[in-house]
Amino acid sequence: VFKRFVEIGRVAFISFGPHAGKLVAIVDVIDQNRALVDGPCSGVRRQAMPFKCMQLTDFVLKFPHSARQKCVRLAWEKENINEKWSATRWAKKIEAREKKAKMTDFDRYKVMKAKKMRNRIIKHEMKKLQKLALKKGKKSGKAAKGKKPEKAPKAKKPEKAPAPKAQKAQK
Amino acid sequence: MAGEKAPEKKAAEKKPAKKKAGEKKPAEQKPSQKAAGDKKKRVKKYHASRNPVLARGIGRYSRSAMYARKALYKRKYTAPETKIEKKKKEMPRATIIKPVGGDKNGGSRVVKIRKMPRYYPTEDVPRKLLSHGKKPFCEHKRRLRASITPGTVLILLTGRHRGKRVVFLKQLDTGLLLVTGPLAVNRVPLRRAHQKFVIATSTKVDLTGVKIPKHLTDSYFKKKRLRKPKHQEGEIFDTEKEKYELTEQRKADQKTVDTQILARIKKVPQLRGYLRSTFSLSNGVYPHKLVF
Repeated sequence: VFKRFVEIGRVAFISFGPHAGKLVAIVDVIDQNRALVDGPCSGVRRQAMPFKCMQLTDFVLKFPHSARQKCVRLAWEKENINEKWSATRWAKKIEAREKKAKMTDFDRYKVMKAKKMRNRIIKHEMKKLQKLALKKGKKSGKAAKGKKPEKAPKAKKPEKAPAPKAQKAQK
Repeated sequence: MAGEKAPEKKAAEKKPAKKKAGEKKPAEQKPSQKAAGDKKKRVKKYHASRNPVLARGIGRYSRSAMYARKALYKRKYTAPETKIEKKKKEMPRATIIKPVGGDKNGGSRVVKIRKMPRYYPTEDVPRKLLSHGKKPFCEHKRRLRASITPGTVLILLTGRHRGKRVVFLKQLDTGLLLVTGPLAVNRVPLRRAHQKFVIATSTKVDLTGVKIPKHLTDSYFKKKRLRKPKHQEGEIFDTEKEKYELTEQRKADQKTVDTQILARIKKVPQLRGYLRSTFSLSNGVYPHKLVF
């Protein structure tokens, strides 16, 4: 049921507080509510931090409890946590959210146009497939046959269109 | 004793004074090269006070005695009179002769130019208290938000063009912003907009080298109103301008400005479409959270 546990070396994401948005490694547990925490590669000094403001990630480092900062740093860099983190969906979602908030009026217009175009393409293909399906349905007279060709191409088309959208998001 | 001393002193003083004068003249004549300049620039040597001080503020001789001692009976200058004469000559005309119509009227009247007041108020207007820092509108400081620079795309919030995105050109003397659609893009002509009723976006069009004609001032854009009813109470409201009429000059000015700006708009992709669109809010869109 629970997959991520608080343990020595667990990398956590700080959700609120002065260090919001940074990654930290749990070095030691102080009591029920607090942990000794250190983020040498993310600019967080070694300090006590309540569990409430931490969100556990999938990454675990290997170092003994109460290890000093140098050891934590070595472990962190060995595992290449920073790169692994930015590759996760979690980090990507955060980044996308930030970009959306920074959008200017002109950017919003451009996104609107891109979305519109994408939806048009999708609709167009859908209509085409529907037409095909109808035709086939009429010929053979069987509804089951009509469903099959519909589903398979549908999975492909939306993948084409996300490409222009991703470009716009990057802009 | 005092009386005797006085004339003696006077005589003694006169002589050295005369001597000084006498000395001056030959001295002047000798260096004949400097003659012309020196004769005019006689360095006036002022005599020390002829009224010895007894105590501070108290002199030895009275006014009349001093008059005599300083020989003021001899020194009567009349030079400044010439100015008075000049002023007297230049006195402005007090009356003017105007022709008068009608026969048996004696063709003209003598009319005063500056007439006496025809009304004196029973109570004079009380003196106003001094105030400071109350300036008339023409002397007010005009400010401009730092986010608004020439070429900024603005969103108009009020007026018939509300919601339209528009290019900012410059700030006029009254503080209003001169703005253009351009007309071909969104039907907004060269127009004035108020800074307060405008959102400045961070999108900017590069307007380097764009020349805006200098005759586009506030008076050019001001609404014209006819005010000469001539006491015809029948049809006053019709004669006043209700409809705005496009003049050829406005069209020409619009063209000169717009051609320059359109060229620059076309360089930026999608900018033309952006200016054609209008701004609106929808569900979940909060202006305080938007970055413009």
